[in-house]
Amino acid sequence: MSIIKVENLSKKYTILHRRDGGRHYLTLRDELTNLIFGRRSTKEDVWVLKNMSFQIEPGEIVGIIGPNGAGKTTLLKVLTKITSPTEGRAIINGRVGSLLEVGTGFHPELTGRENIYLNGAILGMKKKEIEKKFNQIVDFAGIEKFLDTPAKRYSSGMFVRLAFSVAAHLEPDVLLVDEVLAVGDAEFQKKSLGRMKEITENAQRTILFVSHNMDAVRSLCDRVILIDKGRIKYIGDVKEGIDKYLSNQKHSSMTRKEYSIKPESVGQVRSIELKDQSNHSCNNFQADERAIVEVCFEVRQDINGYEFEICLFKNNSPIWLSSDSDFNYFTSIKKEKGIYKKQIELPINLLKPGNYAIGARIGVRDQVPIDSQFNDVLNFNLILSDKKLLNTTLHPDRLGLLAVLKEWKDIKNG
Amino acid sequence: MASNYLEKKGKRDRIKNTMKAIIKPKKGLASLDFKELWSYRELFYFFAWRDIKLRYKQTMFGVTWAIMRPFITMIVFTVVFGKLAAVPSDNIPYPIFVYAGLLLWNIFSNSLSHASQSLVENANVIRKVYLPKVIIPAASVIVTLVDFFFAALVFIGIIVYYGFIPNLQGLLFLPLCLVITIFSSLGLGWFFAALNVRFRDVRYALPFFIQLLIFVTPVIYPASIVPKAYQWMLSLNPMTGAIETFKASFLGTSAINWESLGISVVVSIVFLIFGLWYFLKTEKNFSDII
Repeated sequence: MSIIKVENLSKKYTILHRRDGGRHYLTLRDELTNLIFGRRSTKEDVWVLKNMSFQIEPGEIVGIIGPNGAGKTTLLKVLTKITSPTEGRAIINGRVGSLLEVGTGFHPELTGRENIYLNGAILGMKKKEIEKKFNQIVDFAGIEKFLDTPAKRYSSGMFVRLAFSVAAHLEPDVLLVDEVLAVGDAEFQKKSLGRMKEITENAQRTILFVSHNMDAVRSLCDRVILIDKGRIKYIGDVKEGIDKYLSNQKHSSMTRKEYSIKPESVGQVRSIELKDQSNHSCNNFQADERAIVEVCFEVRQDINGYEFEICLFKNNSPIWLSSDSDFNYFTSIKKEKGIYKKQIELPINLLKPGNYAIGARIGVRDQVPIDSQFNDVLNFNLILSDKKLLNTTLHPDRLGLLAVLKEWKDIKNG
Repeated sequence: MASNYLEKKGKRDRIKNTMKAIIKPKKGLASLDFKELWSYRELFYFFAWRDIKLRYKQTMFGVTWAIMRPFITMIVFTVVFGKLAAVPSDNIPYPIFVYAGLLLWNIFSNSLSHASQSLVENANVIRKVYLPKVIIPAASVIVTLVDFFFAALVFIGIIVYYGFIPNLQGLLFLPLCLVITIFSSLGLGWFFAALNVRFRDVRYALPFFIQLLIFVTPVIYPASIVPKAYQWMLSLNPMTGAIETFKASFLGTSAINWESLGISVVVSIVFLIFGLWYFLKTEKNFSDII
């Protein structure tokens, strides 16, 4: 018997096009004036999921991959009952746990201990269950010393570790996970992956796992579902699915990425742009050129303390992270409300030719959880101009990430 | 051996069947699933616990606030309405008179404003986790009962200070008055919480609305100064029955007005059902538009 059975699932959103365009929330006042003056806003239907059908067997780990806006998260939201489908149906035979975000419901004023209970309860754990696993959760997060410190004093790393740790101890029959491995440092990501593997090997647990991290998908999943524009493009073998997805991704040729405005977030990245040394937009670089990222971000209220990062990806795995606090870690950084721009040069001279992506995010102190992840990236190519070097380890098909040529020395044997 | 295996398998299937969930389009009124609500009782408790914790986190400030707010309001009302405007107070000291009304009024107004903000404040939870959303406004009402407890301690102090002898048997009516207060504030709270998700300017209009409402509630004046012909109108406000009954029974200001009390009970139940109905009707869109 399939544990998840999805039949012709579709979800429609109705988007209102209003005359004032930029405003985000409906107001009663506008509604009433529109009613009185007979103004009509135009509506548009958007199908974010269309006729999806698939089945998942007990114990399977299935990766859901696809570009941004493909409907991956919406699919998970429908399966967790957060939002209801417009057509079709899904049958789930078991207890469902979902992890669409780490740290849902975490409150900065509450202590680590209090947040464990609150977050656990929100994720659907019973109080007894939390009590039983409390020590494991604390151990896994490695925050024993800070259990009774308010979460607002945690570093973003600690915060994410604790949040993930609570979530990792959920034990439902079906676990739906959305892009949560994109947070945290590399070591913790490894630990989390390990924990997820452990969970699935020990128990007959079924996992649906949305990710842009192809390495994670490759190492965890038994099957993949590739989604694009709300439709299933491919179901089956992991390698083939990933290849299909990556080859689609390469066709984009943007040099600039703009992000939609989120008025509720205090700090937000507005755009990323790639430029060459003469300040022209560019997304094809020679290895001996300079590649500069320009990031524009907005701060919507005066803040005292934030962290700003960019991350370089290859095949959706992070390979280099740079934070603007790298050189002034201990000073609290005040920023007034406004729009800011920053530039940084990418160390492309160290990289092998190929396709790369760059993402940026900002985290504001006391504003948790950090919702901006590196999940919408800007792609660019690195080209090897000197064809002679293709005969070296710099060839893109050979193993390795770094394009560093070192000379070998013969030493006498014995 | 084989039969044993089958038996086990049968058992497992039965467990699975109880967990079977069918997800399909929701049309019309969401039904109130009591079994599900019961299974979420711990989360309800945790939400209430969180609100209380946050409110009384800095213990001194939290408790002081719960005590000072009604106390200072009482002093201002006593000076302005009791002394300057010389509003009658059914022949008992005005501070006791007005504080008794404020006790219940504060539960009503705080519950209503907390509940109507509760969904928007928990937007990130609603977007990311499934839960029966009716519990969120309901849990936010609990913290006002803790406020009530502290405010009631002050009330005892005031009574002792004035050497006033209340009618202790009248306390038997207090639970009924509390139920009317909570039903009406929770009913309105559900309604405005749902409205607030859709229209974000509700939060600006509501405090104004609550402020005005106190003037059509016999908190600062006794219902007896309203002409007899209009008293039934006053009774349509369920807080009238709650506050007047509490004053009549506990302070002995007058005989209990059973008619007014009856109307209040009925109206508060109507509010509760209407609020819940509207909430359930609009609930299915919350996670998409919040």
